[in-house]
Amino acid sequence: MIQRVLDAIDERLGTAHFVSHALRKAFPDHWSFMLGEINVYAFLVLVATGTFLALFFEPSAAKMTYAGPYTLLDGASVSQAYASALDLSFVVNGGLFVRQVHHWAALLFIAGIALHMGRIFFTGAFRKPRELNWVVGLSLLAFALLAGFSGYSLPDDLLSGTGLRIFDSVVLSIPFAGAWLSSLLLDGSFPSDRMIPRLFVAHVYLIPAVIAALIGLHVAMVWRQKHTQFRTPGRSERHVVGSPLFPNYTVKSLALMFAVVAVTFALGALVQINPVWLWGPYDPSKVISPAQPDWYIGWVEGALRMGPPFALHLWGHTIPSPFWPAVLLPSLIFAVLFAWPWIEARVSGDRARHELLDRPRDNPLRTAVGVAMVVFATGLTLAASDDVQARYAHVPVTALTRLYQMFCIFAPPAAFVLTWLLANDLRSRSGSGKAPRVRLRRNAQGGFDEEALP
Amino acid sequence: MSGKERLVAAGFAASIVGAALFVVAYATGNSRLLEGLSLAFAAACLSAALTGWFAWILPDDQVVDEYETWSESSRHAQDVNLHVGTREIARSGVLLRLFAVACGCFGVAALVPLRSLGPELGTSLFSTKWRRGSRVVRADGTLVRKDDLNVNSFETVFPEGAAGDARSQTMLIRLPEDADGSAAGYIAYSKVCTHAGCPVALYRAQARQLLCPCHQSVFDVADNGRVVSGPADHALPRLPIEIAPGGYLRARGDFPEPIGPGFWERA
Repeated sequence: MIQRVLDAIDERLGTAHFVSHALRKAFPDHWSFMLGEINVYAFLVLVATGTFLALFFEPSAAKMTYAGPYTLLDGASVSQAYASALDLSFVVNGGLFVRQVHHWAALLFIAGIALHMGRIFFTGAFRKPRELNWVVGLSLLAFALLAGFSGYSLPDDLLSGTGLRIFDSVVLSIPFAGAWLSSLLLDGSFPSDRMIPRLFVAHVYLIPAVIAALIGLHVAMVWRQKHTQFRTPGRSERHVVGSPLFPNYTVKSLALMFAVVAVTFALGALVQINPVWLWGPYDPSKVISPAQPDWYIGWVEGALRMGPPFALHLWGHTIPSPFWPAVLLPSLIFAVLFAWPWIEARVSGDRARHELLDRPRDNPLRTAVGVAMVVFATGLTLAASDDVQARYAHVPVTALTRLYQMFCIFAPPAAFVLTWLLANDLRSRSGSGKAPRVRLRRNAQGGFDEEALP
Repeated sequence: MSGKERLVAAGFAASIVGAALFVVAYATGNSRLLEGLSLAFAAACLSAALTGWFAWILPDDQVVDEYETWSESSRHAQDVNLHVGTREIARSGVLLRLFAVACGCFGVAALVPLRSLGPELGTSLFSTKWRRGSRVVRADGTLVRKDDLNVNSFETVFPEGAAGDARSQTMLIRLPEDADGSAAGYIAYSKVCTHAGCPVALYRAQARQLLCPCHQSVFDVADNGRVVSGPADHALPRLPIEIAPGGYLRARGDFPEPIGPGFWERA
């Protein structure tokens, strides 16, 4: 049957040549090469569950009197957005399950991207000829963060409204354009009735369309350039060895897809997440404590908590304190990450094509930079919950903030030096980490002679 | 069927049972747990069966592909063809330049409607709804009199006629004694944090400090809202208040400076 369909398509589009190659395309086997696929499947779960949610969610700030099954809010004045989020949780059959799966899949999506990015970075997979795909992948991370934050902000509960208020303050802090940008985004000053409908357009139409297009581009480039592979016997810069796409890799990948579905569905069923009915409807004069964002925004939140209380006053103008930790720092981090393939090529002078991956120890400088960045991001993220930690540890929150400030200043350089020493040591113990290049020659006896190459 | 094939088959069968269980769970009631677990079980069985299939049953097939490096000759042809085309276009250089300018203008024109997204800035960030003589009300609109608050307690208040207004929200605090600039022990500060705009909702009466729970900025109530610690870069603006005849609290004017987080146009 499939054969008849493919034949019919080939008669009309001439696809047989491509498909015949595609079916036997080689995909190298290593567990870490599957990390990126987790994200594709998490995205599929997000689109499917998000579509279901969008059929019920009411993106409107119009006020109404709540009269649903959650009796604690009986008679409260709430936005239609918040009321529909409650109805999704309590009235729509399967609604709460799908809501929780959507939120868990979003957390997993961004966690998967971070892990995948770490794998690409520490193995040097971004080197020529794959620099462009590094840029596409990093853009995917940026849009995934936007997707997560815009979705988190939609239900118009007390946490999401507080998050938006902070976001608006960060936009306001941008020199020259901040107040204008804020006015354009919100249609006036915070809070505005247009926030929720506009976030809805961004979260449901714009951002997913961009993510889908970028995923397509990302995979197309991997397809065209073929996957990288580790330096093991039989692998070379000329040939890629792996499972054929059909059937081995297809079955393997489908197994992963259903594993992602199973994990997100099980989390959605078992582990409560973002119970918006407990936070209550957004009221700009109210706030809950402690309040933390989703994990992937934690690094910005932590930076905001630790940022210097310093505003720059210039000729009657102000660059206020949120600018340094929440605009400048993330911009610098993303700029360095985007430019990293070219920075590294410049520092090392290595502009050759690389199809074989490094082990982390093979490039101590890169590995040390990467570990330092991970340590820095960890410090920022931990600082985002310093009030909760202070409560449990019975220490003043100011002391913890100071501790994390010290950590973020001194720990990354220390991690850099330690990693660099460790990588160099490992490298010297295990040789160069590169298999010696040899040429085999048939000799007169019928055996082989090895001839070392430089 | 070998034993391993039978195991994989059992996985697929279990998945079918899981899917059926989901339909039953959905039909019999709104249970997040049963709906979710049955579907998760079905997916997990599918995943396990497929894993068994490729790990045990499919032959461990390895194929070899060549990494392609693309030929220099086609790149050369590309350069030549680009050069030919460019030469033809460049023959009418004026047209080319005009085309570029026209495209730029069209692009700018198409972006102009973005201006509709928001109103002109005006003074919205510089003022609140407090006016000279605005009486002080609670969130429910009731007036505040000078005996209403206990010593060391506080209340979130608004100008009369604008109860609930986000920019006008104010922390009214009753101190044990009359301090500098307070009225009958009452002192009022903007409730919008000068760091990132969260409500400065916690009052520590002993230390006379206001604390913002979002990023832990601490402000000194006894010292004009000065920043004690945390990331805020300027003091909380203070609302001038007085006791009107009849014992009602009222404002002597708007906040003397813009409330909330800083921005470029703020001096």
